[in-house]
Amino acid sequence: MTREEIINTGELVYKKPELLNETPMHYCPGCPHGTVHKLVAEVIDDMGMRDKTIAVSPVGCSVFAYRYIDVDWEEAAHGRAPALASAIKRLWPDRLVFTYQGDGDLACIGTAETIHALNRKENITIIFINNAIYGMTGGQMAPTTLLGQKTVTCPYGREVALHGYPLKIADIAAILPGTCYVTRQTVHTVPAIRKAKAAIRKAFEYSLQGKGSNLVEIVSTCNSGWKMSPEKSFKWMEENMVPFYPLGDLKDTGKE
Amino acid sequence: MHGAVVVDTERCKGCNLCVLACPLGVLELTPKTVNTKGYHYTHPVKEDICIGCASCAIVCPDGCITVYRKKEE
Repeated sequence: MTREEIINTGELVYKKPELLNETPMHYCPGCPHGTVHKLVAEVIDDMGMRDKTIAVSPVGCSVFAYRYIDVDWEEAAHGRAPALASAIKRLWPDRLVFTYQGDGDLACIGTAETIHALNRKENITIIFINNAIYGMTGGQMAPTTLLGQKTVTCPYGREVALHGYPLKIADIAAILPGTCYVTRQTVHTVPAIRKAKAAIRKAFEYSLQGKGSNLVEIVSTCNSGWKMSPEKSFKWMEENMVPFYPLGDLKDTGKE
Repeated sequence: MHGAVVVDTERCKGCNLCVLACPLGVLELTPKTVNTKGYHYTHPVKEDICIGCASCAIVCPDGCITVYRKKEE
């Protein structure tokens, strides 16, 4: 069987989701942002919410997310995406509203907005990319940086006496009464990507059903900031990030 | 099962994740040629053994890969 024969007469198994446009993404090679963008685009398409989605992009590497996924976007001030999303959702209750934020935006500058929006039971979804570093500004220490992890602002590794402890936002979100679904996923292997997609779908559905606020944390990598190849950074993530940020659902009250 | 992988070589950034994800070693990065962005892009080298599992396409962060599959008659 020739290549042309398979392409012309065979079934299409996978192609880039239609909502993800042709604009080349500015992310570094191997950055999980692209994978998560693909999942979000696929889920919106699968749910048939193409014309009824309003997303909020943050400040950070994913600031240009609005260039790549063809839905309606708003750009928030640094850390304020959940506040903006709350307003949008209250004005348009039938819309699918989600924010897409990194750890510098969500877990540092926007901690107050994040926690209060989640606790107010706003029917929004927050997609939180946790790569334990400020990637866009050159790899500075973030609140989520692991103990002992080296960054450009803690070149000898993060230590408790000087920098305090890493912040587990998903664990905080899970104890808030306003949240419906809190989960922690990753996208480094094919099964993990499928699970992450299912988690995003579930969160979007709960937010549309008005069951409460949802947080999907994606434990991620920053190969440029960590100064590693994409392959090594995924390995480092598995060995160091995943034990500290354990994967799985932390809370799911939507089933009842 | 026979598969075929089509790569958008101009979009590819040569991150090597698809090469690692392929269970059969179908893909490889080009050793010498680069695309207009200067990246060594991925391309199928052992196309005859591809089963069209789409692992490469699923892990590709830039969505450069399209996968087709056909049953052997």
